[in-house]
Amino acid sequence: MIDLNVVWFLLVAVLFTGFFFLEGFDYGVGILLPFVGRDDKERRIVINTIGPHWDGNEVWLLTAGGAIFAAFPNWYATLFSGFYLALFLILVGLIVRGVAFEFRSKDENPLWRKTWDAAIFIGSFLPALLWGVAFANIVRGVPINENMTFTGNLLTLLNPYSLLGGVVTLTLFTLHGALFLSLKTDGVVLERVQKLLKGLWLPLVVVVLLFVGWSFFETDLFEGFNLVQGVGLLGAVVALLGAGWAIFNAKYGRAFIGTGVTIVGTTAFLFGGLFPRVMPSSLGAEFDLTIYNASSSPYTLQVMTVVALIFVPLVLLYQGWTYWVFRKRVTANSHLEY
Amino acid sequence: MSVLDLARLQFAVTTLFHYIFVPLTIGLSLMVAIMQTQYVRTGDEGYKHMTKFWGKLFLINFAMGVVTGIVQEFQFGMGWSEYSRFVGDIFGAPLAIEALMAFFIESTFIGLWIFGWDKLPKRIHLFSIWMVALATNISSLWILIANSWMQNPVGYEIVNGRAQMIDFGAVVTNPNVFLQFPHVVLSAFATAGFFVMGVSAYRLLRGKDDLERLNFSRSLKFGIVFALLSLPATMWFGHLSGQFLVEKQPMKLAAVEALWESEDPASLSFFQIGDEANRQALINIRIPSLLSFLTYDTFDGLVPGINDLNAYYQKQYAGVYGEDADFVPPMIWMLYWSFRAMVGFGILMSFIALVGVVLWWRKTLSTAGWYLAPLPILIALPYIANSTGWMITELGRQPWIVQGLMRTQDAISPNLTVLEVGLSLVGFTLVYGLLSVANFYLLWKYGSKNRITAEILPMPTPASDNLRLENAY
Repeated sequence: MIDLNVVWFLLVAVLFTGFFFLEGFDYGVGILLPFVGRDDKERRIVINTIGPHWDGNEVWLLTAGGAIFAAFPNWYATLFSGFYLALFLILVGLIVRGVAFEFRSKDENPLWRKTWDAAIFIGSFLPALLWGVAFANIVRGVPINENMTFTGNLLTLLNPYSLLGGVVTLTLFTLHGALFLSLKTDGVVLERVQKLLKGLWLPLVVVVLLFVGWSFFETDLFEGFNLVQGVGLLGAVVALLGAGWAIFNAKYGRAFIGTGVTIVGTTAFLFGGLFPRVMPSSLGAEFDLTIYNASSSPYTLQVMTVVALIFVPLVLLYQGWTYWVFRKRVTANSHLEY
Repeated sequence: MSVLDLARLQFAVTTLFHYIFVPLTIGLSLMVAIMQTQYVRTGDEGYKHMTKFWGKLFLINFAMGVVTGIVQEFQFGMGWSEYSRFVGDIFGAPLAIEALMAFFIESTFIGLWIFGWDKLPKRIHLFSIWMVALATNISSLWILIANSWMQNPVGYEIVNGRAQMIDFGAVVTNPNVFLQFPHVVLSAFATAGFFVMGVSAYRLLRGKDDLERLNFSRSLKFGIVFALLSLPATMWFGHLSGQFLVEKQPMKLAAVEALWESEDPASLSFFQIGDEANRQALINIRIPSLLSFLTYDTFDGLVPGINDLNAYYQKQYAGVYGEDADFVPPMIWMLYWSFRAMVGFGILMSFIALVGVVLWWRKTLSTAGWYLAPLPILIALPYIANSTGWMITELGRQPWIVQGLMRTQDAISPNLTVLEVGLSLVGFTLVYGLLSVANFYLLWKYGSKNRITAEILPMPTPASDNLRLENAY
């Protein structure tokens, strides 16, 4: 008999992996917008590279949230109420960012466009940073009491280790986004992106190594090391080094796959280290939320498994197709909708 | 204000704001899909221009609906963790299914539609707007399945103080869904109808260009058809919902009618000034027996009043909540007038659409200035009816968050402070306020000035495919 609690833990991990991989590069594109697009036309080119995709990418997050709610209601309740203000900031970021894509180019006024450009930058920067902070806090453990209630506040979450986790995702997503741009643009924008790549890769290696090392002391990720974690960590490190090699040899497609695998591997490392917990408590292991004490009933998990088995493959199919439809580079001659 | 008050206010503000954009998305996606179908079928350039024009307004509105919807999915856990723990087994499932079945389709195919004019074959591009229209409707179905469970819990049992699902089929086929879903979706079609009627009328009154006039008079007819076909059915399902209430949520029915004491036969109040502190009517103009008739289809029949119901619940739940617990919704005056606004505007809108059809039949529709002139302002009618409808549904259920099973005051996240919720409430209000100004500005700009025939479609560029192998990741 398959343990559905494990299946749903895996599915949530997969959804977050998909989210970080896909939305990772479009956060990166948003962060790079002011640096690689100097005039209005160039900025439009940059925005249009992710134009058809950002909304679909964001739904990975919504689905992950919905999946946690349906499969692990106690995890959803504790995480979302505990990280209240952090999530509020993420939400504000996502709100202004989404509207900005649609509204920005619908008026000529330079001030109007500048304001929305700023919204895209902030709305990409904040979540890219805060998701790292949030996940680092989860693996580090936060104060959760016997009622599964978070007893800290925003300052509890802003510890140095978790902030470093935020810097890791911020840098990783920015490089991932830069590589995406290197595949989707040409001309002067492409030149600027290529110049940035090396400068982003080196600091990323440094912060990742620091983070992994610090994790050894700050978390229990390395205790009872399991296979998924091992493969994840090894894959992430090799892919990151490989991405560096590819960048220095101007093979940007491979480098993009490299940062992609780094994201996948890191997520596998973190989720693998959590398993079978979903939110460890810093107040004592007896208060940990696990895939068993946080979960829905077996019946709900069965229903949701059937639904997921039907629809997840379909989603992958048609989302994959859109990347094929919009596979061409966005150039100065392209028709720009955004 | 307490954390509870602030959290409730925040939920009300964010939900009502979100719902400003949802109905137009549901209705206009379908209308644009029909317009584009006409274009693809007949090759008529006019339909192409209409598709682009209304599609632009649709997208401006759509963006607002999408981003405010993200908040909805998160805030159950953020503000209402105890609710989420209690209902997650049941309530989480439709939300997750909504994301999997609807949000993915909607968000992916909207991208294909916006950016695919010059990249997709005509029919596949048309297919993508139909997928968007379908997905918005599927989305509303699942969210209403979730909401219906809060109104009329079915298919569950209480295990260890949590509601557990024992019958998914019963949750999906909740009788409340069959009333609420058509009521909501049809009212969304009516909203789109009035929106398109209003904008078209504004342009017809000012447009001199023949081609522009032709396109807008066609659009006006689209709007009238949408409104007229959907409004009577909307009201009919609303009426059936009312009959359902007396059985499942009698307090909500009594509250929207401000029926303080039980009556048999029950009269329908037309104008009441009440004394909420002492729970009685001061001035009350009534039509005898009408409420009984609306409820039971006969001119007699007991409709229980607020005070009797409260006494009944106090007895029933004395062991759980104590003898002093109160089961009367707050702000009866708001419920009472919300209901009258919703119903009144529904009737008024039907009448307006009907007059439009008469003018259409007489072939004077696009020149009847007296008819066209007020239509732009009347766009407000469906919006007020939509908001008041949700006020009735959600406020009328209080003090319950899940009817009969959990009270709102027990549902709040216990760790939140006044400062935290106060900050987010001010923050959301500020951001939403600024965005709505920008949104209104763009709708105004594109709705009132943009020439409908000026939209040039992107054509496939002759530039060669500059794909490299490494590009096909």
